Amino acid sequence: MNVDRITEKLNILADAAKYDVSCASSGSDRKNKDKGLGNASNGICHSYTEDGRCVSLLKILLTNHCIFDCAYCVSRKNNDIKRAAFTVQEVVDLTINFYRRNYIEGLFLSSGIFKNADYTMERLVHVAKKLRTEHNFNGYIHLKSIPGANAELMHEAGLYADRLSVNLEMPTEAGLKLLAPDKNRQDMIDPMRFLNQEIIRNTEEKKLFKNAPIFAPAGQSTQVIVGATPESDQQVLQSADYFYKSFNLKRVYYSGYVPVLADKRLPALNTAVPLVRENRLYQADWLMRFYGFHVNEIVNNQNPLLDLDIDPKLSWAIRNMYAFPIDINKADLQLILRVPGIGLLSAQKIVAARKFSGLGWEQLKKIGVAINRARYFITCKSNEFERRDLTGQNIKQFIMAQSQSKYIKNTQTQLNLF
Amino acid sequence: MNTLVYDGTFEGLLTAVFEIYERKLYPVKLLKGEWRSGALFEEIIPIVTDEARAGRVLKGLRKKLSAAGVQRLYISHMAEIAGEDCNVLGFIRHVFDSDQNIEEDYGNKYVMRLSEILKMVRREKHRMEAFVRFQKLNDGTFYAAIEPDFNVLPLLIKHFKSRYADQKWMIYDVKRAYGLYYDLHDTQFIEMDFAELNKPINVIAAYSEDEGVYQNLWKDYFASLYIPSRKNTGLHIRHIPKRYWRHLTEKI
Repeated sequence: MNVDRITEKLNILADAAKYDVSCASSGSDRKNKDKGLGNASNGICHSYTEDGRCVSLLKILLTNHCIFDCAYCVSRKNNDIKRAAFTVQEVVDLTINFYRRNYIEGLFLSSGIFKNADYTMERLVHVAKKLRTEHNFNGYIHLKSIPGANAELMHEAGLYADRLSVNLEMPTEAGLKLLAPDKNRQDMIDPMRFLNQEIIRNTEEKKLFKNAPIFAPAGQSTQVIVGATPESDQQVLQSADYFYKSFNLKRVYYSGYVPVLADKRLPALNTAVPLVRENRLYQADWLMRFYGFHVNEIVNNQNPLLDLDIDPKLSWAIRNMYAFPIDINKADLQLILRVPGIGLLSAQKIVAARKFSGLGWEQLKKIGVAINRARYFITCKSNEFERRDLTGQNIKQFIMAQSQSKYIKNTQTQLNLF
Repeated sequence: MNTLVYDGTFEGLLTAVFEIYERKLYPVKLLKGEWRSGALFEEIIPIVTDEARAGRVLKGLRKKLSAAGVQRLYISHMAEIAGEDCNVLGFIRHVFDSDQNIEEDYGNKYVMRLSEILKMVRREKHRMEAFVRFQKLNDGTFYAAIEPDFNVLPLLIKHFKSRYADQKWMIYDVKRAYGLYYDLHDTQFIEMDFAELNKPINVIAAYSEDEGVYQNLWKDYFASLYIPSRKNTGLHIRHIPKRYWRHLTEKI
């Protein structure tokens, strides 16, 4: 092994892959087979970068050579950077050796497009196949599906990978046309539709034949870049909602645009990364997937942008004061989930605990409810009721005066820097 | 106040519960054996662990709790969090005093505390599943040292055994001076004398040839992932508290 060369390649190809935000290693249930290596059933973050993102998979590009020229991408054809390419065996060795030392849950393999889509996809599939068949590797494998690759290759990818993803890149077609003129939205949607059909077909087969091969058991995901083009949060979230519903996506990732290239179509190089906005989008995404909110309740024509200073659930609550207060000891779980400051687990605990005795403020606090927010919206076993005749705006002011948001501090330092 | 002193085992704790009910002791304080000297002026009742009595209490608990509930109680006790014996005892009393299963009675302070303890233990267990860093030794064994706050090594067996079925490995709890060893078939608990092993020359000789290579590749990889324009040190430290750093290859 040429250590220096491998080290250089790893530096180049990890650096190029780090802007892809997909990180999950959960959702699969691949078991250790025949006393082989690994399983993919846990979803463990093994480390965290200094920017606080989790490190769960060996996330690399097979190569950063690319025939495309997308304005937002460091690997674009016309960017003057060092290029490198791994061999199939090099990726396999790195994955196995990192996995054996418990550094990672598996491999996330993406790639620049070299030659053409099929040629690139074929090599990605080859890596996964080698890991599974020659090394009996049962860890997590996430492959990036290359738009335009033929159906047979996509199918083969699903046989070896736990998750497949096609990146949408921009939330709307117009945004994509502006920044990636060589790319076509339909080329991204077609493989998503194909994968969705294959996953559904496989699920049906599994019901009939226990031994049917598994196909992408952790489903498919996508990512959109936010802040490179002027789409509103409403456009971003409605597009996410559409993809969740139409193609059964497991996750939509929102990637706050990190300015890496000077281009007059893009935000200037010293523009701060929209970290708060990205965080609010994830919170809104959670509300849609786990809290029973409809996308139009979170963003709509009157409110196309998410509040940056408060979370989207609180924002919804103060716009809909008529729905409150609710009695924590009587209300349905679905209603309790809508209270700002009460999360999924706390809500479930409340519903379980109140069967024994009515709950008061102290107990709610112990259960994990953020009382500073929740108290304006609920009643419990207590005569104290905080809301009085406050308006939504009053409540927002009270809550903001009390909480020293970490994001407010963050934004300020970033502004000072430039 | 009656002070009961027991040997620290789960059976010992259950025997103590038996005594408390049989002799109608109230109020009581429960202590582990090694703290005996601190309670000079109190009347002390030493508890001799008795499997038959412990078994009867366990049988009673099984009647009133789900299997998972009994398991949770056991884990909370085995994690050895200082000063929690009285809460565990309070929980058991609440179990026996109620007609129904009280596992989800989170309004009760003992149930709530047990759920908090369990959360802490589970988090530590999960962190150990994440933060173990194996180093490959000359003989092909993968070795890792850990120093968890709570005694979670026994809880790790299932995870690592099903994950690393085709390599020999050892996880050693430096703080509690015992380890877990898997020999490709079974796992067993072991103790080691580190006096000889710890000399630098022995340590280097013990590693496989490519161990240093992969450690450096991992460190490089970790460094390449960082996006400086997103720097967030607070979040970083919240995810990986500094007390774990000394065993993390990428942070050494």
